[in-house]
Amino acid sequence: MLESWGRYPKSKPKKIHNFWWLTDNLPANSSPLLAHGQGRSYGDACLNNQGTLISTRLLNRFINFNRETGILRCEAGTTLADILKFSVPLGWFIPVTPGTKFVSVGGAIANDVHGKNHHIAGTFGRHILQFELLRSNGERLLCSPSTNVELFKATIGGLGLTGLITWADISLKPISGPYIEEESIKFYSLKEFFEISRSTKAHHEYTVAWLDCVASGPDLGRGIFMRGRHSDLPSKGNDTYKESKLSIPINFPYWALNNYTVKAFNFLYFNKQQSKSINHVKHYEPFFYPLDAVLGWNKIYGKYGFLQFQCVVPFENGSGEKAIEAILKEIVKDGSASFLAVLKEFGDVSSPGILSFPRPGITLCLDFAFRGDRTIKLFKRLHSIVFENGGAIYPAKDACMTAEEFKLSFPNLDDFLKYTDPAFASDFWRRIGSGVI
Amino acid sequence: MKTNKRILILGATSAIAMESAKVWASRGDSLCLIARSEEKMSALAQDLKTRGANNVVSIQSDLSNIEAHTQLLRSISAQFGDFDTVLVAYGTLGSQKKCEESFEETFKEINTNFLSVISILTPIANLFEKTGAGTIAVITSVAGDRGRKSNYIYGTAKGGVSKFLQGLRNRFGKTGVHVVDIKPGFTDTPMTADFPKGPLFVSPKIVGEGIVKAIDNKRNTAYIPWFWEVIMLIIKHIPEFIFKKLSL
Repeated sequence: MLESWGRYPKSKPKKIHNFWWLTDNLPANSSPLLAHGQGRSYGDACLNNQGTLISTRLLNRFINFNRETGILRCEAGTTLADILKFSVPLGWFIPVTPGTKFVSVGGAIANDVHGKNHHIAGTFGRHILQFELLRSNGERLLCSPSTNVELFKATIGGLGLTGLITWADISLKPISGPYIEEESIKFYSLKEFFEISRSTKAHHEYTVAWLDCVASGPDLGRGIFMRGRHSDLPSKGNDTYKESKLSIPINFPYWALNNYTVKAFNFLYFNKQQSKSINHVKHYEPFFYPLDAVLGWNKIYGKYGFLQFQCVVPFENGSGEKAIEAILKEIVKDGSASFLAVLKEFGDVSSPGILSFPRPGITLCLDFAFRGDRTIKLFKRLHSIVFENGGAIYPAKDACMTAEEFKLSFPNLDDFLKYTDPAFASDFWRRIGSGVI
Repeated sequence: MKTNKRILILGATSAIAMESAKVWASRGDSLCLIARSEEKMSALAQDLKTRGANNVVSIQSDLSNIEAHTQLLRSISAQFGDFDTVLVAYGTLGSQKKCEESFEETFKEINTNFLSVISILTPIANLFEKTGAGTIAVITSVAGDRGRKSNYIYGTAKGGVSKFLQGLRNRFGKTGVHVVDIKPGFTDTPMTADFPKGPLFVSPKIVGEGIVKAIDNKRNTAYIPWFWEVIMLIIKHIPEFIFKKLSL
């Protein structure tokens, strides 16, 4: 329960404080404090070694829902899964959703998460109308674009360092039913990916591509582009998606995911689709949350866990394309294999968050079983490609960037530093913060 | 699924009961909440109304106070009216050590977890008997299945309630009154906040939703999650001459 989703690095809080009612107070004399929702960020942003984790797992009640406007007020520990189960039958959907629905609203704000519709809808934080922030001095501050504006901006994407979010107002969006019209198109090169992505942006709300990052030589950059939009098909009344009960109860041996199995998986996944393009209408669950079908999938990486790599590189002067190609070549050269590789074009819809990660450009997301020094060294090389091309690394998934790289990723960092709460910190912040303040 | 149930929840702000209540609310049922804290009940009531509960009534009461039970039932009748389902979800997990040192502590535990449950269920069972319908669901514990040194006072009380429910079930066996004994295993709630959490711990959501299912399916005894039935079967069958030497 107290691992991050990547299960690296290992960390142990001194105390877990259950913050389960809105009227609760923060524990006294227990700093450093850090909110901990569902522990779904990958690296060390949700960990607090030797400190106090403020668990919000049962701070998960709805407070109000306006069925005309779609505005939901809920406690910060509420998960997106809870919201969807309630809102979809009423014709409302989460405005921006990451690749798992098992995240808390507080975590989604603190990491300013994004999804397949970033090019149209921006980040999660953009759809937050207001929230309450509990500071370590006991102040409960209402934060919105018109009240405590600076704290509002610092807290969105603020990695939990500005205090504890207790509740929030989210603006949901109307849908006709639970179905998505999806089209998947095979592409054989990065160039083709960019062509499809560019021609798709305007008329498909959701886009993402799966990349076969084991493929090399002429196959480098091949993958499957998925684009979708909410279907006009209304709910059939009895269409609750049968949720998978598949769960990984124990660690796989660390060698289970090796280059051969990953290669085999990538080959099969790419070739299971025979034709160039396929259309389906599917339930939103498998479209948005394919991995949620396997509970505890992070254990397939074995007890040493895994590292995620997510960067964004701006398009300017073709540096985006260049960087992605260089990264893929570097991985092939290293002989490492990423089980899942995801490519997506971010749009220019800006977020209120000072430390918001998404920005116009191309984002690439990879994961690697943790193999000690070798993995860290590979990441160092990948990071240097990213920063040479003016890119940034996503803190929610990071476990090894340097303070210098963090500063390069977030040029407005100084504005943020004014609003951190002195009693809040995380493993991530202890690793990075001392180098930036 | 609309069921139009009228449900009384005793100990409504317990982490497990709240999760059951959320499911019932989303079905449009009417709920009467009983708990000690007005503040917590009001937060829960807001959630349940938002989810679509037909009606939510909150009544403040300390259920361990047996003398107040008659008055409480009158208030329920006046403010909420009849009900067809009762879920008993309150309880305390006191310190075994303190109970061993003082009978007063033991008495408090037995009073809250056993006597007060019998006290409130006696008139409710009689109400249901009159109409020949209704559901009595009580959260007991796997701890009641066999006395163990680590928590036998709690286990005694919970085991006693299980026996009481067996009797009730037999008494109502030929009527429409359904009696279900809910036996959760390790659940990650405020009650177990100080326990180190192993892989057997599950969230209150899993247990709360399991309770709703057990009531829907008219189960007699429901271990939640199911694997506790297997674990307890083994534990119950260890011969006493071996069991007494184990550290459990």
